[in-house]
Parts: sequence; C-alpha cells; structure tokens
Amino acid sequence: MSSDTSIPTRTAVRIGAGAGYSGDRIEPAVELAEHGALDYLVFECLAERTIAIAQQARRRDPDAGYDPLLDARMRAVLPAAAARRVRIVSNMGAANPRAAARKTARIARELGLNHLKIAAVTGDDVLDVVLRSQLRFEESGDDVSAYADRIVAANAYLGAAPIVGALAAGADVTLTGRVADPSLFAAPLIHEFGWRMDDWRALGQATVVGHLLECAGQVTGGYFADPGCKDVPGLARLGFPLGEVSADGAVVVTKVAGAGGMVTEATCKEQLLYEIHDPGCYFQPDVVADFTQVRVEPHGSDRVRVSGGRGRARTDTLKVSVAYVDGHIGEGQISYGGPGALARARLAIEIVRDRLAMTGVRASELRFDLIGVNALYGDALAARHPDPYEVRVRVSGRAQHASEAARIGNEVETLYTNGPAGGGGVTKATREVIAVQSVLLAREHVTPVFEFVEAGDETA
Amino acid sequence: MKLRELAHGRTGDKGNTLNVSVICFDAKHYAHLRAQLTPARVKAHLADVVKGDVLRYELPLLGAFNFVLRDALGGGVTRSLALDAHGKSVSSALLDIDVDAPPAP
Repeated sequence: MSSDTSIPTRTAVRIGAGAGYSGDRIEPAVELAEHGALDYLVFECLAERTIAIAQQARRRDPDAGYDPLLDARMRAVLPAAAARRVRIVSNMGAANPRAAARKTARIARELGLNHLKIAAVTGDDVLDVVLRSQLRFEESGDDVSAYADRIVAANAYLGAAPIVGALAAGADVTLTGRVADPSLFAAPLIHEFGWRMDDWRALGQATVVGHLLECAGQVTGGYFADPGCKDVPGLARLGFPLGEVSADGAVVVTKVAGAGGMVTEATCKEQLLYEIHDPGCYFQPDVVADFTQVRVEPHGSDRVRVSGGRGRARTDTLKVSVAYVDGHIGEGQISYGGPGALARARLAIEIVRDRLAMTGVRASELRFDLIGVNALYGDALAARHPDPYEVRVRVSGRAQHASEAARIGNEVETLYTNGPAGGGGVTKATREVIAVQSVLLAREHVTPVFEFVEAGDETA
Repeated sequence: MKLRELAHGRTGDKGNTLNVSVICFDAKHYAHLRAQLTPARVKAHLADVVKGDVLRYELPLLGAFNFVLRDALGGGVTRSLALDAHGKSVSSALLDIDVDAPPAP
C-alpha cells in the first residue's frame, strides 16, 4: 500500500478490543492489557441512543454525560496499560469527552500515574447546526424542523483524523464522543503506519480491522454458540480479541492464550458481515469501504488472517444521529402454564384488549405477544409447532405521557384477580422513548478537534 | 433438510433494517444455496417479520450471502414495541428454512 514519505516506524501493531458495548465485561480488557503485549487498547461503548441519554444527564450536571462505567474501567486497566505502555482510545466520552478526560486524569493521579497525557476529542455535537439547517431524515423523509422541540441530541459520526492528531501529539488516553466505530481502530493504524488519509485501499482494510474488533467478544465466540451445531468453549470467561496488523493492513485476529472462546474462520465471517448492508459499499466517514474481495484464512490455532479490504473516496457528507423524545412505552407481562396454557393466555390477551378499549387508554400503537409462541417471529412460523407447556403474555403500547402508558401494565396486572385461572409472575414497566433517526450533513459544518486535559481543569 | 445443517449466520440491525448473513460451513455448497435461497423465499419464510423488501448480496469469496431486510424492526430499534427490538433472534428462524439436499459430488 502507498504510504507517507516518512518511513513507517513499525512493521506491526497489536491492537485489542476492550469492550463491545457500554455495559460490557471488564476483566477481559484487563487480561488483554496485562497479557496481550498490546500497543493499543480500544473500547467501543456508544450505541445509537446512548449519547442522547448521556446528553440528558449532562444537562442536569455539567460534569456528567460520559460512560457510566468509565470510572470502573479506567481504574481496572490504567495500571497495566501504563506499565506496559498500552495507549487507550475510547468513545466513553459520550456526550462529554472533556469531563471524561478530566475524570480519567484524576483517576490516573490517584493511581500515581501522573505522567499520562489524556486527550479529549470534540466537535461531534452538531445540535445547533442541525436545528438551524433545512434537513430531512433519511429514514422517514420528514423535515427535521418538525421535531425541533423534541430533539435532545444531534451528533456527527467523526472519522479517525482527530484521534490521529491526538496520538501524534503523544496522547496516552484519547476519549471521544461520537466517532464511527471502525475509525477508533483505524486511527492508531493510520498514526503508526503513516497511511495517507486518501489511501482508500489502506483505509478500506482499516475499516475491516475495526469492524472485526469493534464488538469485542462477538469475534472470539460470543453471539455464536449453538450447542451441538456450533460449540464454543469457555464462554463464562470469554477472551476479547486482539488484532496483529501488519503495515499492509492485513490482520491476524486472535486472543490471549488460555482465554475462553475461540477465533475461527466462521466467527470472523459472521462478524465481518454484522450490521453491514451492501458489502461493496460500506459508508464510513474516512472511506467508502468494500468488503467484497476480503479473504478469511486460517493462520494457526485461534488465529485467523483477514485481508483484501478495499475502498473508494469518502463522501462529502457525514452521518448525524438525531435523537428525540418519542412518547412513552408501557408494558405488562403475565405467565400461564400446564394444560390449556395457550388458550388461557389467548383469553388474557382478549380481556386486556377489551379493557384498554373500554377504559379509553390512548395508545397510538399496541402489540400483543405470546412469549414462547409468536413474540419473535409472528404467527406464521409458530403455527407449524406444537403448543408450549408454559407461555408468557406480553402487552406493550405507545402513549404520549407516562401516566397513560402505565395503564397498559396495570390492565395486565389486574388479570391476577380478574383474569383466567393460574396467571402468575406479573411484571410491568414504563419508559420514555428516545428515538433516533439520521441525517446527512455537509462536512464543512463539522469541526473535529482534540485537546489535552489536566485533572484540575475547570468545567467548560 | 434444514439450512442450519449447511450454513450459519448472524443478525445485525441498523435503524429499521435488519441484515442476516448466511455463511456456508463448506464453501462448496455456495452455488447450491445460491439457487435455493432466493430473496423471495426468504421474504415468504419471514413474512411476519419483514414488511419491506429483501435484498441479497453475494460474497462468493467468503461462501456467504448477506440478506438485507427492510422495514423489519417495528419502526426502528430505538422505538420498537417488540420483545426483541434488535431482531437478534431472526437468524435462528432463517436457518430453520427447508432446503433441498445438495447434489452428490
């Protein structure tokens, strides 16, 4: 692959994945930091609407709005990472990367790691420009302005560039808000190998590397096991993956020796296609990646080599996730068992359906499920299979206000004393819905930056 | 026979769209499954799940297909009323589809 005029300083980079989502296990990340001989440890912790929930927390407290497990993760991994010079990159900054960086700097000081340089990447928050612009949602085609009073967050998917900047300036820990997940992994590779930001082939393969690693345990045997058909050893102590990336971008995916799970061609292929639409045209902020020529080959025990990712020039726009309040969901569940369980569960549903109509519950959408029968796939597939011995009724509905949504679960609960025989184990809940749709925003409206943060810095 | 005997797969979500990969255990079954697993058959099998179109992308080097199922997540993961709002379980139902046994070599 083409490279910058400077000679790459490394022939290989070892990069680990310390989390695949916000609530992920922490010990596998510590195991990687201690035993992975890593150069980088990347934590991907930001799901589609996580940042909107974090934004609401930040409104209540200007020092809040970052990942709730940041404190626990940093205390667990910083000592090993600092001792072994493993640099950390993460989007745990969520809605407040500066506060996350300040918190990390304080933790580092408490641990006696005063030399660590902590960077925050910002610029993804584009709420103001989205509210000022004439934009339409990609999914619904609706005018964004029609949602203006309900929008709580708008964040652009940044690329690798600001992280590369922070790494070049010496950051030991780089905390971001919304960044495209693969770019978290591409940035260390771009920095170490000196790839140009228009080397589309290199950036396409970097996207492959990031995509394979970003969900952590999903490439080492998590979300894979199917007993008797696809068996996986040691899932309770599943090892998280690390990639040995060479200067041409080819990666060997593996895990720490002795860790649970497995790395096979099959686990890598499943993860390669996870959440992909057109594999020849995977839009990223840094590149339009092409996975159609990717090769997945065995390379030893728990070692799989993946190469052949390509790419084309990036687009002129960035994807922006816009989060808005979308009413409330109310839900109730109750179980029936033994002979006739299914008939009693169906009767329960008819009663609740009548009651919601009779008492005038204003729900814009209602759903009635028989868990164990039709909740996952509907009635057509269920009809081919025998009746279950236990079945759980689930009623859920959408209402504008929480008090109205709560009436749905209440009508399930009253089945205890008013419904079919033997109904037990009622649960009920209501929650506010933060919905997300996306818009495309011209790059010129987005200005990613990084800065170094000290433990004592004031709240911005 | 069931597809599950010849292939494995995984579901992913994005907005109101699902993707389900189908990956041959043995790449020699790719052409056979290509003929069997048309987008129309997949849509018919998952009729209660997919409200929109089904697209099939082909990845012969991987011995795999990627099915993209539009309007399959109750309006989108973030607002769906469904028990499995992400549609994580859908790959298991697709692998239950009946396919002809591959021709003898």
